[in-house]
Amino acid sequence: MNISLFIAFYNDTLFPETGIAVVHVLERLGQTVDFSRAQTCCGQMHYNSGYQSEALPLMRKFIETFRNAEAVCIPSGSCVAMIREQYPRIAAETGDRKLAAEVNALLPRVYEFTELLVNKLGIEDVGAFYPHRVTYHASCHSLRGLHIGDIPLRLLRNVRGLELVELPEWDQCCGFGGTFAIKNAQTSAAMLADKMKNIISTGAQVCTAGDNSCLMHIFGGLHREQANVKTIHIAEILASTENASIENASTEETSAQKVSTRKGSRA
Amino acid sequence: MTVRIGWSATAPDFQDAAKVSLGNTQLRHNVKYATDVIRAKRAKVVGEMPDWEQLRQASGDIKAHTMRHLDRYLLQFEENMTRAGGQVHWARDADEANQIVRSLIAQYGGKEIIKVKTMTSDEVQLNRDLEAHGITPYETDLADMILQLSQDKPSHIVVPALHKNRFEVREIFKEKMHLPELGDQPTDLTDAARHYLRQKFLTVKIGFSGANFAVAETGSLVVVESEGNGRMCLTLPDVLISLVGIEKIVPTFQDLEVFLQTLPRSATGERMNPYTSIWTGVTPGDGPHAVHVVLLDNGRTEVHADPIGRQTLHCIRCAACLNACPVYRQTGGHAYGSVYQGPIGAILTPQLQSMEHSQSLPYASSLCGACYEVCPVKINIPEVLIHLRGKVVREKRRHLSGKLDPENLGMQAMTYIFADAKRLEAAQRMARTAQWPFVHKDMITKLPGMLAGWTAARDLRPIPKQSFRQWWRKRERKPNA
Repeated sequence: MNISLFIAFYNDTLFPETGIAVVHVLERLGQTVDFSRAQTCCGQMHYNSGYQSEALPLMRKFIETFRNAEAVCIPSGSCVAMIREQYPRIAAETGDRKLAAEVNALLPRVYEFTELLVNKLGIEDVGAFYPHRVTYHASCHSLRGLHIGDIPLRLLRNVRGLELVELPEWDQCCGFGGTFAIKNAQTSAAMLADKMKNIISTGAQVCTAGDNSCLMHIFGGLHREQANVKTIHIAEILASTENASIENASTEETSAQKVSTRKGSRA
Repeated sequence: MTVRIGWSATAPDFQDAAKVSLGNTQLRHNVKYATDVIRAKRAKVVGEMPDWEQLRQASGDIKAHTMRHLDRYLLQFEENMTRAGGQVHWARDADEANQIVRSLIAQYGGKEIIKVKTMTSDEVQLNRDLEAHGITPYETDLADMILQLSQDKPSHIVVPALHKNRFEVREIFKEKMHLPELGDQPTDLTDAARHYLRQKFLTVKIGFSGANFAVAETGSLVVVESEGNGRMCLTLPDVLISLVGIEKIVPTFQDLEVFLQTLPRSATGERMNPYTSIWTGVTPGDGPHAVHVVLLDNGRTEVHADPIGRQTLHCIRCAACLNACPVYRQTGGHAYGSVYQGPIGAILTPQLQSMEHSQSLPYASSLCGACYEVCPVKINIPEVLIHLRGKVVREKRRHLSGKLDPENLGMQAMTYIFADAKRLEAAQRMARTAQWPFVHKDMITKLPGMLAGWTAARDLRPIPKQSFRQWWRKRERKPNA
């Protein structure tokens, strides 16, 4: 099947290794992957912050880019939630029936990365190898927006060498919330402190999720606290194999910075 | 008309008030402990209901239907309540409501009233108004009494003194009730409260309440409570005055069947609340011989006129969203500067005041959706929060200062950049260079301006040298790389 990637600008800019991992996983599973360089952003940041009129052109751009896609794969639960929940509303508000019809036609072909693997491709074992103790953080948008359930956990349970440990209070928000982390920085940090306490209590070496936005937030707190836990997108775990761990798969320049290797850098 | 919602017009912004709350470790401990207890109880009694989702849907559907025909149901309620011997008054705003209540008390020659717990009276600041006119209101709900005695403000819709633990309550009782020997066991405290209140129940001639539901079909009012103080106030006095928001209407008596299942389970985690009082006008020889109902608008018709905001009026004040909210659980209720706190307060308070006050409240959420998940009437709170943020932004941008606001400028810059991938690529290159003054030992630990809030508690990984699209381009050139 031909799969079109929507990477989202922040993954593109800040977490290129996630997109690279998605490409590796899908190609390893025999899929064809394309990436249209015209893509930028789904509009979530604007929409959720109250700049709703600015989200409309970004929605149009998304539709234009992916109109003919067989399947759109997005390694970000919050982008998919934005597209599924808000695009029909934005289109309806314009009163443009053609636009609304185009949104409705495209939506069934839009998948969050782990949804695509399990629900569309019917694969729960992607042949990955990742010999680490891992805990999974359910992002609010994937949990309550996409109702993704245990899909990511099913994929992780099939990874060779991976020891999955349950995160206490796994359904609680990490406190990111986009501009919330800036506007209400102290409250956000208090929420993050609870999340970090729970992550550290698992004894996991790695905290994973389907959203780099949560992980950027959790990483930021863990690194500041000099905690010895890495954060890594689930696609990067699924891309790791006995032959090629994700560090080898991505280029040297883009390989993830790991908390463990940076420990004490602020001392 | 002047809509007033408690003290919210003069309350500080959420983010500033939250800083104060976050620094109070005792308060945070109390809030977390109490919400954990209620959440666990709720989860248990909701989990045992096989038809919970249908009940939620039915509750929401009944409310949505009622809102579509609110004018008709209100008149039907008035007609039936009047036929049963009650008197119905209409109050456009807080001042009018207070004035009606005051003149009714004067009409019956009263100087004191005993009160059932009612958020609506806090909304119109009835106690303050009565005291200014020489009338003494006695709160008889244990938590409201604690707040009244300590001149504190409610921090939760159902458990308004949740921010205080029993040791703090003991100190208040010791001082205000002159009980130097008072113990700190729950039975000691309830004994003290009972002695203090019993005398009021038996002597004060005017009772005052809100209502959880007003049944249009029969003209009945319903109060749901746990302590029995409500039953005392509703049955012992000669006169009963009830202040009821116009959104409290339900069409039929049978509709209560749904809400009397969803409300107690959501509010206190009980299968059924201990006391449900229903009264329909006046019954000779039984209970109050004069029954008055003040139907309060105070901004509600404005909320009703907004197709997205309207669902806010479906709220049955169970506070499940407060207990579920990770923001509320950190800050407690005082940070919201409103008699309505938490997620529902964040959408209700600013809307009632036509967005003139409490504009920081729609941002007091990470949009995690936990509130919507537990709401027994399925109010899509995140949807309304986003809708209200849009209103705040549109209003702000009508003025030059709002247009020049750093957030607006940032958003406009992003709009320009996202419109064209070439601009995005240029911006990526620029940002990579511009970040270097802030990068130390491969990490960003201190940022200026708006972003300083982030680095106060979090580090940030610098932008890597190669973007995904650069990697993809290289790969296209060398397909086997």
